[in-house]
Amino acid sequence: MKITVQAWRQNHRNAEGRFESYSVDNVSEDMSFFEMLDMLNNQLILEGKDPISFDHDCREGICGTCGVMINGRAHGPLSGTTSCQLHMRSFKDGDVLIVEPWRAAAFPVIRDLVVDRKGFDRIMEAGGYVSVSTGGVPDANTLPVSKKNADLSFDAAACIGCGACVAACKNSSAMLFVGAKVSQYALLPQGQVERASRAKNMVKQMDTEGFGNCTNTSACEVECPKEISIVNIARLNREFVRASF
Amino acid sequence: MTWLIQFFQTSIGKKFLMAVTGIMLVFFLITHLAGNLMLFGGAEMFNNYVLSLRSIKPLIRIAEVVLVLIFICHIFSGIQVTLENRKAKPQPYRVSPGSSTSKFYSRTMAVSGSVIFIFLVFHLQTFWWSFQKKQGNDTGFYEIVVNSSVGYKNPAIALFYIIALLLLAIHLRHGFQSAFQTFGLGESRYKGAIEKVSVLFWLIIPLGFVSIPLYFGFIK
Repeated sequence: MKITVQAWRQNHRNAEGRFESYSVDNVSEDMSFFEMLDMLNNQLILEGKDPISFDHDCREGICGTCGVMINGRAHGPLSGTTSCQLHMRSFKDGDVLIVEPWRAAAFPVIRDLVVDRKGFDRIMEAGGYVSVSTGGVPDANTLPVSKKNADLSFDAAACIGCGACVAACKNSSAMLFVGAKVSQYALLPQGQVERASRAKNMVKQMDTEGFGNCTNTSACEVECPKEISIVNIARLNREFVRASF
Repeated sequence: MTWLIQFFQTSIGKKFLMAVTGIMLVFFLITHLAGNLMLFGGAEMFNNYVLSLRSIKPLIRIAEVVLVLIFICHIFSGIQVTLENRKAKPQPYRVSPGSSTSKFYSRTMAVSGSVIFIFLVFHLQTFWWSFQKKQGNDTGFYEIVVNSSVGYKNPAIALFYIIALLLLAIHLRHGFQSAFQTFGLGESRYKGAIEKVSVLFWLIIPLGFVSIPLYFGFIK
């Protein structure tokens, strides 16, 4: 296939960015989207140009490092899929792919398609942990957790912190991310000790970082590669009110 | 009191303020519509209804002050949230996902809300203010609403009312369910019930309001 990539190019954080158009020939439909970008970068290096910077690590859809906007969709057109797990068979010969970095004031562009997501780390530092000793792997059923709560907590824990929720939200709100993290702990016995302070501190940090306010459009839920439900935002609201009053 | 102000200054607190005031305003719509439907009963019925409200004027005044306070909270919180959200997304994407990730009515709350606000100012300035100017047993309320230059007999006015009320329906289509999501009930076992009840508020009540300018402006 022949693919045209229109990618956002920006040399550094404070530089002016612009779109540049590149043509990539002989793209196999079995290639991943990133393998196609690798091919384009090889081409750019051979031409003596700067390759396009983009974040990636595991390329298995589990680390949360990657994430770009492809034709206006976070992680591309497929649902429940990270950018690295997207394959070129999702596109057709002659397609134009407009590739942009996550856009949010709280996620400044560092270079090309790479954004600074340290805001998420600082939210996690504010409360995304348990400080009770959990010990080694416990014997089964020594600490009873209902099947329902175990499942709900596991669903929330599937969040890989890629930032697609922030990128997809018209308000750049981080509520789905914070909702998932708060829910994951609030549903388990180990998370109870810091349940109230966690909800308050993580929300406070989220607001400090300059993420927007949630207006319940649910775009985050649609674009989340781990299909985290907005039920976690509803739970975050309840947890926060419970902690505040 | 400080803790309450602090709560309402957080992102979740602001959501709650929008949701609580929004739901209160929606309940006001029920009483407002009930009164308005008296127009269909003719001039005498409507005028007597307005006079009966006048007999409990102190109560009405209190209700009006409360209503204004709720409106102010809802509008100011809406403006604050909109401005902050624009700041949080300083650069838009070159390609918009459009309706593939969210419903248009959920993305346009600030626009629909702004038009409803302009409508509200006009509505109060014409009907409410004209009603206030009437003294004693002067009963020309029906005449103002139906036959005056600012009333429904003027097709431009009737059309403006219909457009604003349809925007109200679009505003409530998202607003009603969104409020319950904010309360933490959106995805709960009450979801089905909330969806059913929401039809009353976003569809039936606005259509009830629309029926009045439609009938007096274009049918009667």
